[in-house]
Amino acid sequence: MRRVRVRALGALALAGALVAGLAGCGGGSDNGEVTLTYGIWAKDAGTQNLMKSLGAEFTKTHPNVHVKVQSTPFAQYFTKLQTAAGGGSAPDVFWMNGPNFKLYASNGMLQPLSSDTMNPGNYPSTLVKLYTYNGKRYGVPKDFDTIGLWYNKKMFDAAGVKYPDAKWTWSDMQAAAKKLTNKAKGQYGIAAAENDQQNFYNTILQAGGNVISADGKKSGYDDPKSVQGIKLWTDLIKNGYSPTYSEMSDTQPVQMFQSGKVAMFYDGSWDATTFNQAGLKDTIDVAPLPAGPAGKAVVLHGLSNAVYAKGQHTKQAEEFVKFLGSKKAADMTAKEGSVLPAYNGTQQQWVKSMPQWNLQVFIDQLAVTRPYPVSKNTAAWTKYQDEILGQAWDQKISAQQACTQLAQKMNEALAKEK
Amino acid sequence: MVSQVRGMRKRRAGVRSAPAYRGDKRWAYLLLLPSFAGLVLFYLWPAVKTLYLSFTNVGPFGGSTWTGLSNYTALVHDDKFVRSMVNTVLYAGVVVVVGIPLAIAIAALLNTSGLRGKTFYRTLYFLPVVTMPAAVGMVWQWLYNGDYGLINYLLSVVGIGGPRWLTTAPLALFAIAVVGIWMGLGNNIIILLAGLQGIPKELYEAADVDGASRFTQFRKITVPMLSPSIFFVTVLSVINTLQVFDLLFLMMSKTNPALPETETIVYLFYERAFVDNQRGAAAAVSFVLFVLMLIITAVQFRLQRKWVHYA
Repeated sequence: MRRVRVRALGALALAGALVAGLAGCGGGSDNGEVTLTYGIWAKDAGTQNLMKSLGAEFTKTHPNVHVKVQSTPFAQYFTKLQTAAGGGSAPDVFWMNGPNFKLYASNGMLQPLSSDTMNPGNYPSTLVKLYTYNGKRYGVPKDFDTIGLWYNKKMFDAAGVKYPDAKWTWSDMQAAAKKLTNKAKGQYGIAAAENDQQNFYNTILQAGGNVISADGKKSGYDDPKSVQGIKLWTDLIKNGYSPTYSEMSDTQPVQMFQSGKVAMFYDGSWDATTFNQAGLKDTIDVAPLPAGPAGKAVVLHGLSNAVYAKGQHTKQAEEFVKFLGSKKAADMTAKEGSVLPAYNGTQQQWVKSMPQWNLQVFIDQLAVTRPYPVSKNTAAWTKYQDEILGQAWDQKISAQQACTQLAQKMNEALAKEK
Repeated sequence: MVSQVRGMRKRRAGVRSAPAYRGDKRWAYLLLLPSFAGLVLFYLWPAVKTLYLSFTNVGPFGGSTWTGLSNYTALVHDDKFVRSMVNTVLYAGVVVVVGIPLAIAIAALLNTSGLRGKTFYRTLYFLPVVTMPAAVGMVWQWLYNGDYGLINYLLSVVGIGGPRWLTTAPLALFAIAVVGIWMGLGNNIIILLAGLQGIPKELYEAADVDGASRFTQFRKITVPMLSPSIFFVTVLSVINTLQVFDLLFLMMSKTNPALPETETIVYLFYERAFVDNQRGAAAAVSFVLFVLMLIITAVQFRLQRKWVHYA
C-alpha cells in the first residue's frame, strides 16, 4: 500500500513536471531577442506576404526584434481577438477596424500612442478621428477605402447607355439601371446589395440624413432623409432593376457583377485587385458615386495598427507600429496594390498599378468623405441593421417601417452604452 | 477484469489476498487519472463554469457580475429563442425519423449475402462521415444554388423550375436536414451493420423452415434483434442533431431571408456569445439546451424498456 502511494506520488510529480515543461516553452525572451506577434486578417496571399515583408523590413533596423504574422479569417478575427485580449494573450500588434475600435479603447485594451509614434498630419483627418478616443490616439492609420461605382462597359455599350461620370445623380443611375435590365437574358442594371459601407451608408448621407448623430448617442434612421437613402435601394429591387434579396443571398452580388449578370455595382477600392486578377481589365471601369438630393458624399473607412496594452513588449510594439505608419511602409503597401495606403501622398503608386481604370476617383472622393458611423458598442446596433433592413430588402416591410423600427431598437442599444 | 481474476486466484490459494486486490484497484484508478483529468478539465469544469456564467452578466473582455435568474427569465420572453427551439426540435425530428429507418434499410441491403462490391458501397456511404463539414457545407451550398445549382439544373432538364432551396423560409430547414441525414448515414450504417452481423443465422433458417416470408423475417427477427443497436444510434443521433450548428453557419449567409425560420439553438448561442457579446445570456441558452437533451435522453431510456430486446 505504502509503495503504491509513493509510486502514485511519483507519477503525479512526473505529470506536474511535464505540464511545467510545456508552460516553459511559452516564454523565452533571453538575451534581448524579442518576437512580436502581428495579428491580421487577410484574404489573399499578396497581403499576407506584404505583412511578412514589412516585418522583415522592420527587423533590418531593429535586429533584435522579429515579427511573426498571425492571420485569421475575418469571420473569426474579432471573436478570437476579443477572447485573447480578455485573457491577456492577444498579439502585440494587431489590425483594428472602426466598428470595434471604441469597444477596445474604452476597455483599456489598446495602448495610447505618443506623439513620437504618430504624426496625425500624415493621414486623412477623418481617419485619425476614427481612431481617437477621449482625446487620445490609439491607432496608426494603415489604409483607407472609399466606394466607387463600378460598371461593366460591355453591357453599357450593348444597351446604348452613356458611361457614368462625375456629374451623375441618383436619377441618372436609376434610369441607366432600368435600361440595362434585360430579364430575358437574366441581366440586371444594378445589384442593390444589403451592405452598409458599400451601399446604404453612402446614400443616407447623399440624401442628407445620417446613421448616427455626431456625438454617437442617437440613431439617425428616423430622419425622413435617411429613409430616402434606404428607399433608393429597396425600390431598385421592387422595380426589378436589381436581383432580389433571395437571389443575392444565394449568389454573392460581387460574383454576379464579375460574371456580367449585373451592370453596375457599388464597391470599394479594395476589390480592384480582385477584379484585375479576374480578367476584367478591359470589361469594366469605375466612376465616382452618383450625387443624391443633398449632393455628393462617401463614407470613409480605413484600418489602423494598434498596440495591445497588456502585451509583454509594448515598447517594441510601439516602434513597430511607428514603422508601419511610415512613408516607407506606405510605399511598399501601394506597390503591392491591394489597398490604398493611408499616408498622405503615397496613393499615386496604387493608382498607377492598374492604369486601365480610373482609380483616381477613389482618391478624389476624399474631398467628400464623411466618417464611418460608430459608437462604443457598434455591433449591438449593426445586428439590428441586418435583421430589420433585411426585411425591407426582402420587400416584406416598407423602407419607412424598417427605419422606424430600426431607429427604436438602435436607440435602445445606444442607451445601454455607458 | 484481469486483476479481478488474479485476485480471486490468489484468494483461493489462501495468500493474503485483500491488500493485493486493493492495490490493483489503485493502479487502475491511477492509470485512469490522465483521461479523467482531461474529462474534468475540458468537459466538467467548462460545464460548471457555463452554469455559473448563465447567472451573470459577462463583460466584453471577461469579468462577470451576478444577475441571478435574469438571463433565464429574458429567454422566456424572447421570440427568437422560442423560434430557435422549435426549429431545432423540427430539424432533429426530421433527421432522426427519416435518417434512422433509411440507415436500417441500407444496412440490411449491405448485409445481403452474396452482394458484390460490398466494400465499395460501404466506403461510399462512409465517405461523408470523414469529410470535413466545412467542405460538405460549401459543396451543398452550390448544389442548392437557386440560379446555378446542379439540383435546379437537373430539375430544369425535366421541365421543373426548382425553388430557391436555401432562401425560401420553411424549405431551407428541410434542405439542410437532407445534408444532415446524408452526413450521419455512414456512422449509423456501420453500427447497425455490426448489429446485423451479430444476429445468429439459425434464426432465419428456422423461420425459413416455418415458411415465414422475407418481410416477416425482417419484422419479427431483424428489427427486434437489432433493437439495441437502433436504440444506441437513436440516442446518439438525437444528441448530435440537437446541437447542429456547422451546416447552418456554413450554408446560410447572414443576409439570408430564411435565417429566422432556420436558426437553431446552438446558432443562437453563437450569435449571443460572439456577435452580440452577451456571454452570460449565451451560457443560459446553452444550459437550456443541455437540460432539454437530458430530458429527451432520459425519456428515451425510459421508453426503451418497451421495445428494446436484449437477447
